Amino acid sequence: MAKEFKTIKTEIRLPYELAYGATWTKFFEGMENEIIYGTKCSKCGRVLVPARSFCPRCFVNTDEWVETAQEGTLTAWSYVNYSYFGQPIKPPFIGALIRLDETDVDFLHLIGGFDLSDFDLVRKTVKNGMRVKAVWSDERKGHVLDIKYFEPA
Amino acid sequence: MGRPVAIIGVGQTNHGRRMDVCYPDLVREAVVRLYEETGLNPDDIDGVVSGTMPSMMEGVALTHFYFADAMKAAGKPILKTETCGSTGVSIAHTAYYWISSGMADLILAVGHEKMNEGDSQATMTTVAEPFYQRYFIAGAPGVFSMQSQMWSVRYGLEEEKVRDAAAFISVTHHDSAFDNPYAHIKIRVSMEDVKTARVITYPVRLLDVCPNSDGACAVLFASDTMVKKLGLNKVAWVKGVGYRGEEYYFGDSDKAVWQSAVGAAQQAYNMAGIKDPRKELDVAEVYNPFTFQEMMFYECFGFCGLGEAPDLVLKGTFARDGELPCDPSGGTLCTNPIGATGLIRTAEAALQVMGKAGDHQIPGAKTALSHAMGGVDQFNGIMIVGSEL
Ligand SMILES: [Zn+2]
Repeated sequence: MAKEFKTIKTEIRLPYELAYGATWTKFFEGMENEIIYGTKCSKCGRVLVPARSFCPRCFVNTDEWVETAQEGTLTAWSYVNYSYFGQPIKPPFIGALIRLDETDVDFLHLIGGFDLSDFDLVRKTVKNGMRVKAVWSDERKGHVLDIKYFEPA
Repeated sequence: MGRPVAIIGVGQTNHGRRMDVCYPDLVREAVVRLYEETGLNPDDIDGVVSGTMPSMMEGVALTHFYFADAMKAAGKPILKTETCGSTGVSIAHTAYYWISSGMADLILAVGHEKMNEGDSQATMTTVAEPFYQRYFIAGAPGVFSMQSQMWSVRYGLEEEKVRDAAAFISVTHHDSAFDNPYAHIKIRVSMEDVKTARVITYPVRLLDVCPNSDGACAVLFASDTMVKKLGLNKVAWVKGVGYRGEEYYFGDSDKAVWQSAVGAAQQAYNMAGIKDPRKELDVAEVYNPFTFQEMMFYECFGFCGLGEAPDLVLKGTFARDGELPCDPSGGTLCTNPIGATGLIRTAEAALQVMGKAGDHQIPGAKTALSHAMGGVDQFNGIMIVGSEL
């Protein structure tokens, strides 16, 4: 039998306090009040969500604020059925790209509102192109998870 | 264009779960094998470039300093290149730029990772900022599963057919790994095994996804002057390089036809003078941690038309004995020490055109493509090598 070699268990924990700045602050204030904020680019006309301080394509400031629709269409989804250290959401869950109505990028969030432990039910329920709408948490903290998930509309 | 550059030698570790060695000794294993293979020694080298995926995969920051001794880099210029999953190809690009510019004649390039020592998906999830995306992407499998699904829906591909083609890729790559002495996962699997394996991130199942591997790869790049001086005739000339990045947010750009993959390949083809890649390439080492995604790359690289990949996969076009063999080494699917993986692709492409790929040699291979990708679906890099200058 091959010799077993020793190992050392170690851990790194570091505290951070990250600045949101003006645009993210307003976006998360919106979350607290059940509003999804986007910003519109004056050059290409795209509505970006979450709100951005500038358009990544045109490289101009985006200061026109838009309250986006809370319903949209499912672009893509993935049923996540494995776990890792510090995973913020307990599996199984469904990560999804959602095109909110009248916006021009996909918003990344969760699909839920039904029994996710039954994979066959998930396969039957979730389809690309389906309509979904935001479901808000009762206790909102100015966080992206103030939306609990998007459920089939 | 700068002066010509060639790959003149390759050294790889035995990849796998390598808890028998500490990380620096693992890196040195690849470097020592490279010097044994080429008959050169560290005194000959002008500079060293190395890289990992996020250094924090193993809990040590700035590993190029940690491994300075293992790479015998003291007293020489040293660089670290880090571009997430595409790190390995970016290391190769760095070595290429360095020599092509005329600033060096011989550069040691090293990629390495020891994924079994940390929590790889937890580390990879830190690639996304904690304001918004980090909650939802679920490591690499989450993002890349969504992308593959976007692709199959875009082209109206029949779910059953895509599933079969992905399983076919898994079966053939797992078989190929038996012919690669350095590969990590060596198991025989059937189509049925793949299609009924546990769901990781739907549609990706356990046998559609790469392992966590420990491994390192060292590659020597040389100028044409140095190739002549050393009197070498079996080398792999760099014929084309390409790299493209995309906007940061996952939902901002179209991932079904992955523009950074298309753009990186086009840049490399233009430089190499390649117009019909399926005809002109003899073999490709596509970075394929997920079977479904591999098919998208065939299309983005122009190996076939958009939406055509599953049919051609099932016809055997990209199998070992097909028109354009892809990943005869078993690829990333069977071996994935991430920081090394892209450089392994380039090393394998070089071995093929040097005729030194052993049991997985594609007979008569003269031109080979290597590739790696990374980020939150954001980066793609290509290096094409050939047996003739
Ligand atoms: Zn714009």
